[in-house]
Amino acid sequence: MDSEITPVHADITLVVNGREHRLSVDTRSSILDVLRETLGLTGSKKGCDHGQCGACTILIGGRRANACLALAVAHDGADIVTVEGLADGGRLSPIQEAFIEQDAFQCGYCTPGQLCSATAMLDEVDQGWPSAVTDDLGSEPVLNDDEIRERMSGNLCRCGAYVGIVAAVRQAAQAERREAAEA
Amino acid sequence: MTERLEAREKVTGTARYAFEYPVENVAYAAAVQASVGRGEIVAVDTEAAMALPGVLAVLSHENAPELNDHADGELALFQSPKVSYRGQFVAAVVGETLETAREAARRVRVEYAAEPPDVRLRTDHPGLYKPDVVNPVYPSDTEQGEPEEGFDGSAVRVDVTYRTPAEHNNAMEPHTTLAQWNDDGGLTLYDSTQGASGVRRIVAELFGLDGAQVRVVAPHVGGGFGSKGTARPSVVLAAMAARVVGRPVKFAVPRQQMFATTGYRTPTIQRMRLGADDDGHLTAILHDVFEQTSTVKEFAEQTATPTRVMYRAPNRRTSHRLVRLDVPTPSWMRAPGETPGMYALESVMDEVAVASGIDPVELRIRNDTDREPESGLPFSSRNLVACLQEGAARFGWADRDPAPGARREGRKLIGMGVAASTYPAYMQPNRASARAEPDGTFTVRIAAADIGTGARTALALIAAETLKADLHAVTVELGDSSLPRASTAGGSSGTASWGTAVVRACEALRAKLNSGSGGRGGSSPHMEDGGSGGRGGSSPHMEDGGSPGHGGSSAHTENGAVPPEGIEASADTTEEVKGRDKYARHAFGAQFAEVEVDVDTGEVRVRRLLGVFAAGRIINPRTARSQFIGGMTMGLGMALMEESVMDEEFGDFLNRDLAQYHVPACADVRDIDAIWVEESDPHLNPMGSKGIGEIGIVGTAAAIGNAVHHATGVRVRTLPITPGRLLPHL
Amino acid sequence: MRPFTYERATSVEDALARHDGETYYLGGGTNLVDLMRLGVETPSRLVDVAHLPHDRIQLTPDGSLVIGAAVSNSALAADRTVRESHPVLAQAVLTGASGQIRNLATVGGNLLQRTRCSYFQDADKPCNKRNPGSGCPAREGEHHNLAILGHSEACVATHPSDMAVALVALNASVRVQGRAGEKAIPMEEFHRLPGDEPERDTVLEPGDLVTAIEVPPLGMPSKYRKVRERASFAFALVSIAAALEVDGGVVRDVRLALGGVAHKPWRARRAEEALLGSAATRESFAIAAEAELAGAEPLRDNAYKVPLARNLIIQTLAELGEATA
Repeated sequence: MDSEITPVHADITLVVNGREHRLSVDTRSSILDVLRETLGLTGSKKGCDHGQCGACTILIGGRRANACLALAVAHDGADIVTVEGLADGGRLSPIQEAFIEQDAFQCGYCTPGQLCSATAMLDEVDQGWPSAVTDDLGSEPVLNDDEIRERMSGNLCRCGAYVGIVAAVRQAAQAERREAAEA
Repeated sequence: MTERLEAREKVTGTARYAFEYPVENVAYAAAVQASVGRGEIVAVDTEAAMALPGVLAVLSHENAPELNDHADGELALFQSPKVSYRGQFVAAVVGETLETAREAARRVRVEYAAEPPDVRLRTDHPGLYKPDVVNPVYPSDTEQGEPEEGFDGSAVRVDVTYRTPAEHNNAMEPHTTLAQWNDDGGLTLYDSTQGASGVRRIVAELFGLDGAQVRVVAPHVGGGFGSKGTARPSVVLAAMAARVVGRPVKFAVPRQQMFATTGYRTPTIQRMRLGADDDGHLTAILHDVFEQTSTVKEFAEQTATPTRVMYRAPNRRTSHRLVRLDVPTPSWMRAPGETPGMYALESVMDEVAVASGIDPVELRIRNDTDREPESGLPFSSRNLVACLQEGAARFGWADRDPAPGARREGRKLIGMGVAASTYPAYMQPNRASARAEPDGTFTVRIAAADIGTGARTALALIAAETLKADLHAVTVELGDSSLPRASTAGGSSGTASWGTAVVRACEALRAKLNSGSGGRGGSSPHMEDGGSGGRGGSSPHMEDGGSPGHGGSSAHTENGAVPPEGIEASADTTEEVKGRDKYARHAFGAQFAEVEVDVDTGEVRVRRLLGVFAAGRIINPRTARSQFIGGMTMGLGMALMEESVMDEEFGDFLNRDLAQYHVPACADVRDIDAIWVEESDPHLNPMGSKGIGEIGIVGTAAAIGNAVHHATGVRVRTLPITPGRLLPHL
Repeated sequence: MRPFTYERATSVEDALARHDGETYYLGGGTNLVDLMRLGVETPSRLVDVAHLPHDRIQLTPDGSLVIGAAVSNSALAADRTVRESHPVLAQAVLTGASGQIRNLATVGGNLLQRTRCSYFQDADKPCNKRNPGSGCPAREGEHHNLAILGHSEACVATHPSDMAVALVALNASVRVQGRAGEKAIPMEEFHRLPGDEPERDTVLEPGDLVTAIEVPPLGMPSKYRKVRERASFAFALVSIAAALEVDGGVVRDVRLALGGVAHKPWRARRAEEALLGSAATRESFAIAAEAELAGAEPLRDNAYKVPLARNLIIQTLAELGEATA
């Protein structure tokens, strides 16, 4: 009955914020637990462990994902960005700056997930991905406040900072657009 | 408009929460919950759990260390075979890894002698009783005039019953403790708590330790909303597990387990009877409340207390009846008492307005009062009318057609509603210290908590103002029980209570700096002018910082030069708090909601929500606005979606995760704003501030419910207003 | 979570060969990992099929879509062809879960997700679906968001997928590879009613692997509408996938399916029959809705779903009718 009780381990590689980690993981371990407990990257938060709050949101291969639902063993070789990897050295990303300026958080526990989610969400919009509130699926979505709200709804905030979060995402999107126009 | 001082840490992921402290050799705990609603444990079979490699211990009442008795029976973890409610912690496993601990917990087999649980709150329950007091120390019942007769003789009478469901705080950070016993027998707890000093005291009592042997560290806490205001069984579990295995142990309550073990707001049934004359002057107010507690501990929510504060009427009664059910013990949730009570009162006020044909804003203005109706005390300040008028002007209330169902846009009905808000301005005794360094910087120390309120920033602003220093020269250390003892972040009392101690400590420090006596270690100066400026009343007793390094130094001069070892002063506000003049101290507000109701589906969406508050002086407008809006957002959830459903067969909450217990998502929150009216109140504290953490949720649900009625003509008297409750009446 | 071995399948044949009694195929894991952590599912082996070459969406010459089972929900909803040819499908997917879950979740896994009935998700309570023969406490207990159609004494659960509701309306079929070879199962028959075997959500046999979904051309306006208790990131109370073709004020073709009302996505055949050839008016839409819902058997606390479903049918058809008139 050993198979019933003995943890199974697997060797995997994860690239986290540009750094490669070779790891032996329990097949049961989520990426979230590997980040927090093995790699000491505790920026990604555990709020529900079931994909229902979004506090653990990270980028896997550039796409936002719930780290709590992603088994590490199933993501061998994945390129991961966490909240610790959003800033460019000491320089905060536009989203991080905007969250501070708009007071888009209180307790801060959902914030890393919000930031990663918003970062990837802006990229999804740039790629033309629609949302449930996009009126005409044939058209390019325009990032108005309703779109931001719908697209950010996978990240719950119990402090109720949504008004600030929407303002911050709007501000960051405008900043990115300005930057793109200047470039 | 000051940014949060810890903002950068929070957006870069470096702010550490309890589970995240790096400690060597840490082990993980997982809990086993009772799977019966009432009964006794007959046997605990740990064999299958212990068989797992990496399991260090299984704890239950059969082998757990004995704890000292405590008034809070929820903390008597594993002390008896009795099961008081389904979901109660009955065993715990400690393992080398998270996965091992959780799997082992799943394999612990507990046998019970079970009895059917009694879990349904109803107004005819034979076990209903009148508690001696309701929280924290209010009388259960009050009566003035002849309430029944006064009501019966009123020209306008409304007699209705409102129901609010159980609701769960659901802070984003689960209740978490990292417990580490030290070689000297002391205990360090990294804990997600709203009150490090309180947890220290309770844990020391339970484990038979001296208070000084326990240190509770909590500089960042991922929300609490009351549920982390007192020690929970989870902190006991972690400390006990760490002692048994002789290693540091981490325990975060899984979200599903939080619904039974971390507190919730009691469901309420509230019979409201309001009588008025033809001009809308209230003649009778009767507010009779039915609510639950557990068999473990009495928790008596003070639901009708705001009715004792709000409106004048000659004939009045409030009452609370409680029943002990086989349920988890209810606990503190944002604005306990005021939140459910004002939902009922402000909803029935709307019904009176409709019945008497008087505008709901005007009705509230007509029944305003300058003395607290039941106590007769003068209000230290009360600007409800100003809030109502300011809000009505900004919201476009004058354009509202009072007729329900009058405004339609396509398949949507549009309505506007108003409700008042109120919350007491409490104040607790505290200690704080302030220290000056030769480099011109200052450090303020107090064991306060910043659970997202912005307390760290507010206290720094208060200190900087008192010290006449630049904000950036001030560092605030909080969230650690080794700092001067502080009250819990609760009752919206934090800034007022901690801030007063900070002001007094800073005043004492300034006095030392100015007098040149600061270096005299061991002296205990009494600050004669501590309450200078006539802002706060009595003079505080000052404690000396007592750093021996102060002695003998006289390097500083009257203009503030500081010796190399610094100068420190401290304060204790116990006497100051005791000596406050007799006033009724409350914050007030008015909330305006505009909703759209889909006629086909009964879906309600809040288009606009505006809160106008009168809460004394606002210390930091940026974080204050976030606090108000955050409370209103939780109120929106209460109005439309939050409901913990009790399983009457098995005795636990059925929707025990965030997919089924709905808190508002980003898409639910459109246009919410909060503003405040200027309010200068000399009877509060040196800052002139009232608490703002809770008033935002008070009245929101009523404003939204009233707007739904205005939109549709349907009065839903049971929260939340879901499609299932509204559609059948459309 | 019980320890399990993890194997990455290299081909369909490899996946089938690795499957035994306690094996689960792993797609995105968004529901399976969730259920394993709850102790509801306890596989001893996971065979990862997310890396099989089923990650494309193809348009066949006849205008059908072939959607690989490993396509993520996000990719499906973002696909230009899908958005233009079958907007109801993209809309349905976009109303499900959250942006980050849709990135992980696969089309195959979406079909195979389990009910969110509270009793099913609590391993300590009876549930005929999780533990056959143990009973169904939901029937007398909490069921405000459970079935009104097609339920049985044994089970009143609903199927949670939005995507599947659209697929049923679209006459899609599921391509399955099993030990006996390949088969195509019409979506309408893919999910089952509970009867006395509620433990079986679908007609799949053990080891069967979903490889793709085939969606025939639609050629008429379509729409998905979902009603829920919060504005986003919540399961449906009732949802509807509808398509309507009106010519000269007369209904020429119509598709209707309901979500949140039954153990499977509910194809509203009776309503469709009532509508074909009738005037495209609110009156006939109402008659059709009544025809469908005459068979509803609401439980104590979910009777509101009957008028909700009725109103959704009428209003959604009216909106589609306006768009095509």
